[in-house]
Amino acid sequence: MSEVIACIDGSPAAARVCDYAVWAVQRLNAPLTLLHVLDHSRYPVESDLSGNLLLGGRESLLTELSELDAKRNKLALEQGKLMLDGAASRAIEKGVAEPKQRQRHGGLVETLAGMQEQTRILVIGKLGEEHAGEAAQVGDHVEQVIRTMHKPILVVPSDFAEPGKIMLAFDGSPTCREGVKLLAASPLFLGLPCHLVAVGKDKQLSEDLDWARDTLEKSGHEVEVAQLEGDVEPALHQYQQDNGIDMVVMGAYGHSRIREFFVGSTTSKMIKNATVPHLLLR
Amino acid sequence: MIQSLKQNWFSHLKGDTLAGAVVALALIPEAIAFSIIAGVDPKVGLYASFCICVVTAFAGGRPAMISAATGAMALLMVGLVKEHGLQYLLAATVLTGILQILAGFLQLGNLMRFVSRSVVTGFVNALAILIFLAQLPELSGVTWHVYVMVAVGLGIIYLLPLLTTAVPSPLVCIVVITGFAMYMGMEVPTVGDKGDLPDSLPMFLFPDIPLNFETLQIIFPVAFTMMVVGLLESMMTATIVDDLTDTDSEKNRECKGQGVANIFSGFLGGMAGCAMIGQSVINVKSGGRKRLSTLFAGCFLLVLVVFLGKWVSQIPMAALVAVMIMVSIGTFSWESITNMTKHPASSTVVMLATVTATVATHNLAIGVGIGVVLSALFYANKVGRVFYVRSDLDEINSGHRRYEVLGQVFFTSADQFIASFDFKEALDKVTIDVHRSHFWDITAIGALDKVIIKFRREGTEVELIGLNEASATLVDKFAVHDKPEAVEKLMGGH
Repeated sequence: MSEVIACIDGSPAAARVCDYAVWAVQRLNAPLTLLHVLDHSRYPVESDLSGNLLLGGRESLLTELSELDAKRNKLALEQGKLMLDGAASRAIEKGVAEPKQRQRHGGLVETLAGMQEQTRILVIGKLGEEHAGEAAQVGDHVEQVIRTMHKPILVVPSDFAEPGKIMLAFDGSPTCREGVKLLAASPLFLGLPCHLVAVGKDKQLSEDLDWARDTLEKSGHEVEVAQLEGDVEPALHQYQQDNGIDMVVMGAYGHSRIREFFVGSTTSKMIKNATVPHLLLR
Repeated sequence: MIQSLKQNWFSHLKGDTLAGAVVALALIPEAIAFSIIAGVDPKVGLYASFCICVVTAFAGGRPAMISAATGAMALLMVGLVKEHGLQYLLAATVLTGILQILAGFLQLGNLMRFVSRSVVTGFVNALAILIFLAQLPELSGVTWHVYVMVAVGLGIIYLLPLLTTAVPSPLVCIVVITGFAMYMGMEVPTVGDKGDLPDSLPMFLFPDIPLNFETLQIIFPVAFTMMVVGLLESMMTATIVDDLTDTDSEKNRECKGQGVANIFSGFLGGMAGCAMIGQSVINVKSGGRKRLSTLFAGCFLLVLVVFLGKWVSQIPMAALVAVMIMVSIGTFSWESITNMTKHPASSTVVMLATVTATVATHNLAIGVGIGVVLSALFYANKVGRVFYVRSDLDEINSGHRRYEVLGQVFFTSADQFIASFDFKEALDKVTIDVHRSHFWDITAIGALDKVIIKFRREGTEVELIGLNEASATLVDKFAVHDKPEAVEKLMGGH
């Protein structure tokens, strides 16, 4: 059974992650899993520069290092449990029957990759706990997570608002066409008015837009189409603000890594300047 | 890609650079000492250490492991250098690298599972003893000054960390003793007396040897043993670093990485090397965790040696000996001595046999080979005892006896299996029930045939039950570990 997975950490965004996950759970009628990952590589490393090996130095070093890890992990485990308990009671309060709590050791990216199969939607905060207080930034892990996962990912900012109006950033790419079909079929957006927005003007794009509008209208969405001009990211976000849109849906990382290296990635810019949740489709 | 590059290399900048510097400083005396063991100029070992360190930083499978010129390898090349000279050593080094890459592709790293813990302990202890023994020639036929210097050096190495752990104590030992010797103008043997030091960056050179079958005959045996020993030590070190840092490594990638490093080393005028247990532990202890620590250690070493060559040649051998004694003491597994009373006698015998064979032959490959064979024999002997035959008469005076065989029947327990039957008892019929036993090889099947024939010759009728279940283990590609129900069924009777 595929689940809504919410990444919970100690950041202020965790409560929002929980709220949006609950929203998705209730719309999709899917089970909720609250996940907390204990990443050992983030612990500071002790360093002893004496450069010598004493009698039995190898064995004592192993004991020393493992005891240090044991202490840190015990604390982190407990802390994580508290975070998960907090998130779980929040979810229960909002009406989710039995949120599942999971804690795993390892890197966030590998852990999520390992859970890919059972994931329906992944909900993750835009900023992790290590970045608390930094403005307009994207957490270290978020981009890596998006690139690794092949499931929809909901990246959420630090405010919650019940999504009422959604916007689909449309570029005519295969991912985006898949996105349109998904949007049309998914109970996640059932009955929500949808703005179909593209940047640029050419004939092919207009034809694609017509197709997308038909598909969405057939599934009962109220559709509004707009074609914008200018730089993709500012144009889209401007439109989103002007029209009071609560959630952006878009394809993620469509171009080759080489192009991204020179031109920069639209997806990265979109997430960086996001003020509403973005649902990224792979 | 950029993310993983950052993760693998630059995510731990400060710890890695500091640890790399500490390791580089510790590598210099070792590389010189191992060159002297091998009978080549110190620059051969120093170039090798630079080259192997840098290449394994990129190509290796275990981040934060330190590879360089090592004692284990140096001991194997003594004969080749003495009889044929440096050029043949360089060619053998390249060949070692090629063989190691082959081993990597053939996934021979997986064979490490046959090397038991006792053998690993024996290997480490033998290595420590050999490094220590190699220092003794430096201490014979010298003036009393040298002994005092070694003692003072060891004092600095072991006592300084009580005051501060901010500077590497072996470095302080070398600087203090060198400074003292130069200031007093003492006539003691120095590193400069042992041969050339690097005066430039290493250059690409093709080994100056005739490319024919005869050459191959000379270098192949040495290269082959070096391949085995190099990979053994590298795999063991990788496991040690894995344990210390609680992370995983790619063993077969490490095999190939060692190979590439040795090929580079051979062409740049360096000797063959492998991972170093002591230095890798020092790296982790100093806070090195990522590939950058290894890269930095190699580069820093070369810069130090090339630019400070004049000073390095002034280092008294006594200071070097003190550092190497520290290395051998730190490498030795002192726990293994106290463990002798706690561990089973067979594991102690395996450990001691590995040590003895290695120290006697100066060849770690032979030591490990003997250790592995011994542990396999001990294991076979032990499992052969997991075996039992019980019997009872069907009814009193009925002339029908039922034998039930339990446990493992194979070459070590086959004789015992035959001996468990009483052929002299006059019976009309025997039933041999083997469904709760395992017949592992054809020796076992042969033994069963023999039992049946013996009974028949006494005029007894034989009924055999459950042979199919018992001989399921006979097939060579016997694999049940991935099928839990199959294992359940197999072990169900026990």
